[in-house]
Amino acid sequence: MKMKTLTLTLLAGGCLLAAQTGAFAQMLINGAGATFPYPIYSKWFDEYAKVDSSVRFNYQSIGSGGGQKQILAQTVDFGASDGPMSDDNLSKAPGKILHIPTVAGAVVVTYNVPGDPKLKLDGPTLADIFLGKITKWNDKRIAELNPGVKLPDSDLVVVHRSDGSGTSYIFTDYLSSVSPQWEKDVGRNTSVKWPAGLGAKGNEGVSGQVKQLPGTIGYVELAYAHQNKLPFADLKNASGNFITASLDSVTESLATAKIPEDFRFSMVNPPGNGAYPISGATWLLVYEQQKDAEKGKKLVEFLNWALTKGEGLASGLDYAPLPEMVQQRVLERVKTIKY
Amino acid sequence: MEPTVMSAKTSALPEQHLAQRRFGDRAFKWLTLLMALSVFVLIVLTGYELAHGSQLALHKFGWRFLVSSEWDPVGEQFGALPFIFGTLVSSFIALLIAVPLSIATAVYLTELAPQWVRQPLTIFIELLAAVPSVILGLWGIFVMVPWLRMHLFPSLKGTLGFLPLFQGPIYGVSMLAGGIIIAIMIVPIITSVSREILRSVPGLQREAAYALGATRWEVTRIAVLSYAKKGLFGAVILGLGRALGETMAVTMVIGNNPKIAASLFAPGYTLASVVANEFTEATTDIYLNALFEVGLVLLGVTVLVNALAQLLLKTFGGPGVKPQQ
Repeated sequence: MKMKTLTLTLLAGGCLLAAQTGAFAQMLINGAGATFPYPIYSKWFDEYAKVDSSVRFNYQSIGSGGGQKQILAQTVDFGASDGPMSDDNLSKAPGKILHIPTVAGAVVVTYNVPGDPKLKLDGPTLADIFLGKITKWNDKRIAELNPGVKLPDSDLVVVHRSDGSGTSYIFTDYLSSVSPQWEKDVGRNTSVKWPAGLGAKGNEGVSGQVKQLPGTIGYVELAYAHQNKLPFADLKNASGNFITASLDSVTESLATAKIPEDFRFSMVNPPGNGAYPISGATWLLVYEQQKDAEKGKKLVEFLNWALTKGEGLASGLDYAPLPEMVQQRVLERVKTIKY
Repeated sequence: MEPTVMSAKTSALPEQHLAQRRFGDRAFKWLTLLMALSVFVLIVLTGYELAHGSQLALHKFGWRFLVSSEWDPVGEQFGALPFIFGTLVSSFIALLIAVPLSIATAVYLTELAPQWVRQPLTIFIELLAAVPSVILGLWGIFVMVPWLRMHLFPSLKGTLGFLPLFQGPIYGVSMLAGGIIIAIMIVPIITSVSREILRSVPGLQREAAYALGATRWEVTRIAVLSYAKKGLFGAVILGLGRALGETMAVTMVIGNNPKIAASLFAPGYTLASVVANEFTEATTDIYLNALFEVGLVLLGVTVLVNALAQLLLKTFGGPGVKPQQ
């Protein structure tokens, strides 16, 4: 009896060892960061495994803050963030970190008003709502933007994110750019001191809260609103047109936004005619000088694939791909990665 | 090992055998001492790491951290008072609801329930303890909060609306909702421990009370509850410990608004919730340090509350059964 258990244990151990060595033959590239692009990055890693099976990618969606921290600490091969890294943080890096924008998304304003009317809003009104200055649905300013819509005389309750998130970053970035008071009192960040309203955790939390409590208004990612069939408002962009959020209007945002050399840009409230004003990109963070030559080569190959073939998969998952011009510039930047 | 023969000739056992037994006992003693110390060391290390990780915030804010209500990640001003308030108030509400419920259930299970009811009821209560915090939170958002908003809160406001506790707009998510959900989470633990305490009250106590002519309720009150006071208090402290640290379920129903309000219908925020919500996306050093400091404050609050409880126990507790955790 004892011999049997001994042999079985040895066999099991042997099999495990063999399995491990089998896995080690593949190269493993680790990344961590933002939760917003997690679905598209997963799809990319999946598809890329069919293109090049000698490398495997591992991505942990621990949040943009985590992504930035880990790339600074060099515990991962690449980071991912929904907001660009600050000058402060970049100065802490042991080498130069490149920001590679991959895809973009929109943040939409969802609400719970009886009858689910299609509402129109503009930047300053939205800022005042979130500042707590507009407290009733039938306020003059909302009524002016929505002639012909029957607005109830009920209280307007704001719902925002309680957890830190890239979605909040994009939203507060937009409010800061359209309202000087918002910029002064609150500012832009993944987590801010919200002047009014209830906090809910995650996109699910906000949409759940808005769906259940009549009279609420909140903000969620476009992809989320699409998949859950939430009503959302049309927003007035910088050209004066009321735009419905869609992948096309986001791509147009990206095409008309001002993008500096280092790709650390904000694309809210861009000048394009058909651009949706509340959009944001997400970035991969990589070192210009790669530590490991082998890994660096594989990483660059993946980036080239993702920024060309991979972009085609973005719209299927409700992400806006990079427009041509931006794509070219990013590919040029990827060429500068040394390994 | 050969069975030792129990005889009067124990002194005839060979020296080597005796030494072996002494070594075995000593080794056992040291091993268990090590295990016990490791728990203590773990707590001290946790406190040290939290203190170490919050150095920047400790230097920048000092004592103001505990009394300031300003939580501004952009302006980098952090104060934990609303969270301390939220944690203490929600835990207190939870105790207010859970303690009478649990102790009554424990009394029922040990004194009054017929035999065939005891086991199934106990199993159900323990099942409640097994429900993960997140699941309870989901149930809270989708079932409990709408019900509170549409039925319980309006009726509370209607009957007790003259108190500032029950005034103000009703959103559903609120301090009271947080307190209720924590109560649901701590009922099983308080009930189980109380049941054990009440079961170990010696039968002699009950018999003596009956002999003096006491009624059923008097026996329970005088002989059982009174005797087990200390142990029951210990059970309540265990529940309180869990209540102070409860995170996921609370953050889903409390409204997450860092403001101190008199009304129970207003949203609140707890120490554990703010860390769970904001830790992953905290990008600046001072922000991270402030969150570490919130963790340190939570540890401090827990230790303080426990110390206070022990003090109360020493001063007011009578003789009786100690909780066997």
